[in-house]
Amino acid sequence: MRYFRDVATLARKDLLLELRARDTVPAMLLFVVAALVVFHFALPADSSDLAAYGLLWVALVFTALLGLVRSFSAERDQGLLDGLVLAPCDRSAIWLAKALAMLAFLVLAEIVALPAFAIFFTGIGWKTVAGVALANLGICAVGTLLAAMAAASRARELLLPLLFLPLAIPIVVGGVGAGVVEDGGRYLGLLAVYDAIFAIICWASFEYVVTE
Amino acid sequence: MIRARRLSRRFGQKRVLERLDLDLEEGGFLVVTGPNGSGKTTLLRLCAGLLAPTGGELRVEIDRGGIGFLAHEPLVYRELSALENLELFGRLYRVPERRERTGMLLERFGLWNVRNERAGSFSRGMLQRLALCRTFLHEPELLLLDEPFNALDAEGTELLARELEELRPERTFLVATHDPERLSPLTTGSLTLA
Repeated sequence: MRYFRDVATLARKDLLLELRARDTVPAMLLFVVAALVVFHFALPADSSDLAAYGLLWVALVFTALLGLVRSFSAERDQGLLDGLVLAPCDRSAIWLAKALAMLAFLVLAEIVALPAFAIFFTGIGWKTVAGVALANLGICAVGTLLAAMAAASRARELLLPLLFLPLAIPIVVGGVGAGVVEDGGRYLGLLAVYDAIFAIICWASFEYVVTE
Repeated sequence: MIRARRLSRRFGQKRVLERLDLDLEEGGFLVVTGPNGSGKTTLLRLCAGLLAPTGGELRVEIDRGGIGFLAHEPLVYRELSALENLELFGRLYRVPERRERTGMLLERFGLWNVRNERAGSFSRGMLQRLALCRTFLHEPELLLLDEPFNALDAEGTELLARELEELRPERTFLVATHDPERLSPLTTGSLTLA
């Protein structure tokens, strides 16, 4: 119970920080809508829906990346990770809280992005929505761990995409597959397995990322 | 409470601490002095568990929940108010009667009237006062203080000196400072790093 109370305390803090600073969600919203608008005009009129689905996932992954780059900015700029790491709570609670806050930001961006995609390109089925929901879990789990790793480096804006994008490939494959293939269930299964495996790995390894 | 033998720490090729021996008994008040770059902050960070030694051994006989660490940075969120910051750390440190303790510290360090203002609007001295509140909040057994008088005005210095004097009989202190004279009535030992 204490563990989840710590997670709730930390996640509430991250949401409050965003509510005050407003430097992550507006940037994500602006980026995802702008990307979809650009893709709308860049894609030839007679191109298939398959191409459009691919571009949706490009927009979503890079939007998530934008949020992830900023996810540890308060802790990094003010050396605050030391303060959190010293607290007598399980250090994985810091990761879980950050991942949950990131999930909230990403869902907010997608609440705007998915209807925008439907307007600019084509309708969205439940499998695509399910794919996006499952992909969010993997993106936030893996991305938060990698963001914590990159936060310690001066080249974090470069390092995070280099670390994150290769690990996001199965998410893109699963997400696109779930939306465009007849039997999308297999791809949803792939995403669920990815989420489960990487969530456990990230949860268990976060302590070693934030301590020497 | 703290025992170091041949404790060394390097950052790449740079040796910051080299074969340091240190004993700090429970109830002790050890002042660490030395020029800039001599390793005072590194020693405190090692004792807090924020760094790992690259050589020798270091034993700190206390859980991290029993450590109060005052760093160069105030370690408070600038977007949160003074009260929200202490509430956050009070929850994480599971401080009993958190609200009373938080209020008492804010009052004592002269921040009660600005408790609802964001820490980002505070002067450096006020941030140091808030950082001291955060450090003392959970009544830690071991206090690791890095330049505790830094940025404090005369009133703040007086407040802190009084607080340290009150805590002195019940706590263990390791304090890095450039001004050991100010702490001399409290100290049980000193360590000069070269």
